[in-house]
Amino acid sequence: MYRYDEFDQQLVDERVTQFRRQVERRMAGELTEDQFKPLRLMNGLYLQLHAYMLRVNVPYGMLSSRQLRQLALIARRYDRDYGHFTTRQNIQYNWVSLEDTPDILAALAEVEMNAMQSSGNCVRNITADQFAGRAKDEIEDPRVWCELIRQYSILNPEFAYLPRKFKIAVTGSPNDRAAVAVHDIGLRMHHGEDGKPGFEVIVGGGQGRTPVIGKTIRGWLEPEHVLGYVEAILRIYNMYGRRDNLYKARIKILVNAVGIDKFRELVDAEWEHLRGGELTIPAEEISRIHAYFAPPEWEELPDGAATLAAQLAENETFAHWHQANVSEHKQPGYAIVTVSLKAPGREPGDLDADRMDALAELADRFSCGELRVSHRQNLVLADVRQDQLLTLWQALSALELATPNIGLLTDMIACPGLDYCALANARSIPVAQDISRHFIDVDKLQTIGNLSINISGCMNACGHHHVGNIGILGVDKRGKEYFQLTLGGASDQQASLGDRLGPALPQDEVPGAIETLVDTYLGLRQDADETFLETYRRVGITPFKTAVYGDDTSPRRVA
Amino acid sequence: MALVKQGKIVEDSFQRVTDEAIPTTGAVLVDLATWQAQREQLKGRAEPVGVVLKSDEHPEVLADDLPGLALVALDFPTFRDGRAYSYARLLRDRYEFTGELRAVGDVLLEQLLYMQRCGFDAFEIESDDPERDFETALADFTVWYQPAGDDRASALQLRHRR
Repeated sequence: MYRYDEFDQQLVDERVTQFRRQVERRMAGELTEDQFKPLRLMNGLYLQLHAYMLRVNVPYGMLSSRQLRQLALIARRYDRDYGHFTTRQNIQYNWVSLEDTPDILAALAEVEMNAMQSSGNCVRNITADQFAGRAKDEIEDPRVWCELIRQYSILNPEFAYLPRKFKIAVTGSPNDRAAVAVHDIGLRMHHGEDGKPGFEVIVGGGQGRTPVIGKTIRGWLEPEHVLGYVEAILRIYNMYGRRDNLYKARIKILVNAVGIDKFRELVDAEWEHLRGGELTIPAEEISRIHAYFAPPEWEELPDGAATLAAQLAENETFAHWHQANVSEHKQPGYAIVTVSLKAPGREPGDLDADRMDALAELADRFSCGELRVSHRQNLVLADVRQDQLLTLWQALSALELATPNIGLLTDMIACPGLDYCALANARSIPVAQDISRHFIDVDKLQTIGNLSINISGCMNACGHHHVGNIGILGVDKRGKEYFQLTLGGASDQQASLGDRLGPALPQDEVPGAIETLVDTYLGLRQDADETFLETYRRVGITPFKTAVYGDDTSPRRVA
Repeated sequence: MALVKQGKIVEDSFQRVTDEAIPTTGAVLVDLATWQAQREQLKGRAEPVGVVLKSDEHPEVLADDLPGLALVALDFPTFRDGRAYSYARLLRDRYEFTGELRAVGDVLLEQLLYMQRCGFDAFEIESDDPERDFETALADFTVWYQPAGDDRASALQLRHRR
């Protein structure tokens, strides 16, 4: 993975020094909260319902075991012994104090990490496919481009005060695991007409109050021009994006207002000036960054398929886990393991300090000392030898980290919700916990197959409910928490927004409604290979609506 | 409020003129509407003329006039409004404006470095000790990843020079 050199380290150290001085000025009363707010936000520090929250960047989800150990140390020393992995592949600490923050940032800098631009109206953490560099379907490793964009965007003087936040995601595979269509800019690698890999550039996607699937602004872009083209988009957005209304300030609103064709004209006119200029990435720089992501020296392993098949046949629990949590690796004899942070009854994405340390240890033992955070709030060990899967699974089981549910119904995304967040209307975590306790039967989960449930505590949609196969949105009905269901959302290469099922339900009815939806699907599907989403797209919403509400779809009266 | 150029407090030689009659002598700073209404008359003056642009006034409207202008001031109605960073870059890189580019309005100390990198060379700042604060703010960072409107070398350039 990428390693800081003296330039990266110097920059991050200078940022810590600067923020330490700003915090001192705030504590001494030289800065008002109003003046301090933009400064702390640029360093990832939010004021939440009960405490400060610090959001730490995990660039495109990559973590070394050393970094994960430091995250554990920070959780113990400065927080309540745990952290929360987010849909932006970052980690959040929910209970830090203002005066400790400079020390936390210094502790992060020791392990080549930072919290720069993890909030604020600027370019945020660049996100990517969590299987980057290892997926069999990949054209090119997206992390090379993520790192180049990361460097370009950090402290970029022109774009520190954009109309609103700006999220860029990159996938190197045709199968999109990075949800690029719901980002401000999504980059999707594909082969051009002459067979050269390049990017489809998608712009103006997003969730929140106004969910939009991004539109293609350029079908194919030479990778060496990615920074110049991103700059053209950012400049047009910075100059013409709305600034009069916080809720209409994202680039998607601008793209929709002028139309993608006019927006493309504006960007291309700007791009004409920039093309071939100083942002063109020199070939030697691309190779330099590429070298950081060179794969480890894989061993030439004998085909372990027979041994593994025997182990799977012998042990049904291991087989369940293998089916759900192990993905194909491009190198024969290796496998990609996803560690579920969605055990029944636990808060999705949370991990305590002891388990962080234990996972760091397992990464060292089994997976070259590296881990990845996925946007679905799980961790990934990407270089596990097939013949060590059983041993790894046993170790994960002992840590209660072997829940066999990746891609299944209980692998839910959930935002922090009203338990932490000042914006939320409803608590997301208890709903997720209810559902995960309700659907405990592994056989049933595997029978249901791939199904994503995404839960947001309010319409800001941090829990990605719009693109969940089943979306759950917390709403406030006269002071009570209700939940609105949507069906048919997806965030992959065929991204779509969910359709509203019917009136919102009280919390205690949500698991039952999910069960009804699932049973309806099982009754309607053509065969076991037809997923929930495919069935939904084939039959439409009506049978699901009728199953949940009967003929009565009038709004629920609040008792 | 102090005007700082090249790290020093300087006297503002421009008189800011709004609606009232333009004084017959001295350097003046006018708004865009005044400039557009009285362009020929203003161009004929012996002494320097500057134009101040609001954040929704794109500098492209001045592109042809720039050789005759000594000063362009870009207004930050609030520090959150970052349009002028892009305007500054266009003024310098695209329209090749070489006169004074002044940041006015809600200019925070923490933003001076960004402004300077985008091409501003004059700053109206609110501070008890503008020269000290200016120096401190500009010393915050010595490493930059990306090229901008200044002559600081990017980390990329430095890396490949090694």
